[in-house]
Amino acid sequence: MRLVILDNYDLASEWAAKYICNRIIQFKPCQGRYFTLGLPTGLPRDHPESYHSYMWNNFFKHIDIDPNNAHILDGNAPDLQAECDVFEKKIKEAGGIDLFVGGIGPDGHIAFNEPGSSLASRTRLKTLAMDTILANAKYFDGDLSKVPTMALTVGVGTVMDAREVMILITGAHKAFALYKAIEEGVNHMWTVSAFQQHPRTIFVCDEDATLELRVKTVKYFKGLMHVHNKLVDPLYSMKEEN
Amino acid sequence: MPSNKSVSDAPVVQFTNCRILKNHKLQREDLWVREGKILNPEKLFFDEKIPADLQLNCKGSIIAPGFIDVQINGGFGVDFSLATDDVRPGISLVSQKILSHGVTSFCPTLVTSPPSVYHKVLPQISVRNGGFHGAGILGVHLEGPFISKEKKGAHPEQCLRTFEEGAFQDLLATYGCLDCVRIVTLAPEMKRSSEVIQELTSRGICVSLGHSVANLSQAEEAVQHGATFITHLFNAMLPFHHRDPGIVGLLTSDQIPICQQVFYGMISDGIHTNPAALRIAHRAHPKGLVLVTDAIAGMGLAPGKHTLGQQVVEMDGLNSYIAGTKTLSGSVATMDTCVRHFLEATDCTVETALEAASLHPAQLLGIEHQKGTLDYDTDADFLLLDDRLHIQATYIAGDQVWRRNTFTL
Repeated sequence: MRLVILDNYDLASEWAAKYICNRIIQFKPCQGRYFTLGLPTGLPRDHPESYHSYMWNNFFKHIDIDPNNAHILDGNAPDLQAECDVFEKKIKEAGGIDLFVGGIGPDGHIAFNEPGSSLASRTRLKTLAMDTILANAKYFDGDLSKVPTMALTVGVGTVMDAREVMILITGAHKAFALYKAIEEGVNHMWTVSAFQQHPRTIFVCDEDATLELRVKTVKYFKGLMHVHNKLVDPLYSMKEEN
Repeated sequence: MPSNKSVSDAPVVQFTNCRILKNHKLQREDLWVREGKILNPEKLFFDEKIPADLQLNCKGSIIAPGFIDVQINGGFGVDFSLATDDVRPGISLVSQKILSHGVTSFCPTLVTSPPSVYHKVLPQISVRNGGFHGAGILGVHLEGPFISKEKKGAHPEQCLRTFEEGAFQDLLATYGCLDCVRIVTLAPEMKRSSEVIQELTSRGICVSLGHSVANLSQAEEAVQHGATFITHLFNAMLPFHHRDPGIVGLLTSDQIPICQQVFYGMISDGIHTNPAALRIAHRAHPKGLVLVTDAIAGMGLAPGKHTLGQQVVEMDGLNSYIAGTKTLSGSVATMDTCVRHFLEATDCTVETALEAASLHPAQLLGIEHQKGTLDYDTDADFLLLDDRLHIQATYIAGDQVWRRNTFTL
């Protein structure tokens, strides 16, 4: 794995954004050859805090993506399992995910694959763990009864199929999960640990997230920053070349 | 289940590179328009899955809801209170010219006139939507004749009336037809005003207090019977007194019914009100301030003599007085200069200045679900402005109905 440690949240975000840009440019997408970006998904559609609103406000409305190329799991579908199966099929039809970008929960989960999820799981309906409900309460005015208890999520196996995985981890409250994910063994109680067995994983974090790691680990990867920074050297986008 | 089919074949226009006035703040967002209404782009993206048909770069402009002028007596040589056989050309001329001032909807105002004028003019005016032909007409504002002699201002004394005999029937007989009437200004201290106010309000007509010597209790009683507006605050009413604030006291009165709000018109042309007084009113009750022009026929023309109903007024380019006197009679200000002057005099935010000319008049008339905002599904009447609030382009129902010569998208 690569472990990229930046000083703070903003620098970590910027690094990750530049990296994703470069990956897309290097891929040289064109008509019929799309770069498939995977992101975690979940809540019911109509809620103002739904992933649809979240993705629209934070991503889609700022870019010129064709709406037909944006696929979000629909939590209001009449047959949820069918919705999940269709989603897996769409991923296959798109040629698989080129880069999956996700975060880590305080309980070490990737997407909504809560502790105990099979490391070979596919897209399905999951009941959320109390940790996750507590973490999300802030989006629902702190009222626990308003937080959805179930969510559709890509499986650990689904993400493992991606050609590259990037995990973003910032904040001291995620430090223990990061420790469990990379310094302890592969364990279905900390599902992010599955990526130890993925050929191309990159963890991008800030200083606070490294608080539970061994000094040796942190020093080693910080020493590699000059190599990591080459990955975000600006590349000319095809728009500029033309 | 959201369908993937397009809801309409009409073109979707996306205004980009702009700051829009939304939720009382200027936000870096795009404005989406289709079929004359403001569109929700998120629904378009997820439900209809279609992109915009046309993208227009607004070059960093501010986009604000179109201005609404609820008190305008004429302009460009046109006097709405003149009894002509065909008032439509005059109204059309004014409605077209004020597009360049940012006004997308207005209430043609008639000053105190003899009943014959009302009977001739009112049936000729109708509520209509705006467009390439000009700003929309929301209805007529009748200022007088049921006003106070002591505070008649520029209104002709011989035409003043009371309704103490027949109350609402007197009013109806005077005006003739109330179909297109939106606002009536009257003096609440007049006998039987409460019944009249109640009847007008029940017919959906907004009652405004003005040209009056009412004290605060009389004004509060009027509000309790349904009055919601004050015509050009400070002008043509008793001055604020600390033991009887008069109509001005309504701004901070605690006798206003809970679900009601009092709005007040201000002519912020730098002449009708001292900037300090404007600031006092604004600070006392910022949400109720409605900018109006009270413009007269001379607005937009060179200095000279014009009419204002039965009176002759002299205009010297800035001020307008009853000929031979120092009595102010309307203004020659335009709505956009009022907005800019208000911004400068009160040092308020750009958002506040813009809302005083758009959201607040819409709220006064109870049409804020349709006009006065850039909320989804409201009418696409909006303006493109530069940072100093000069109008660059005016849109009604999504069509560009006016633009500055030097401005192109």
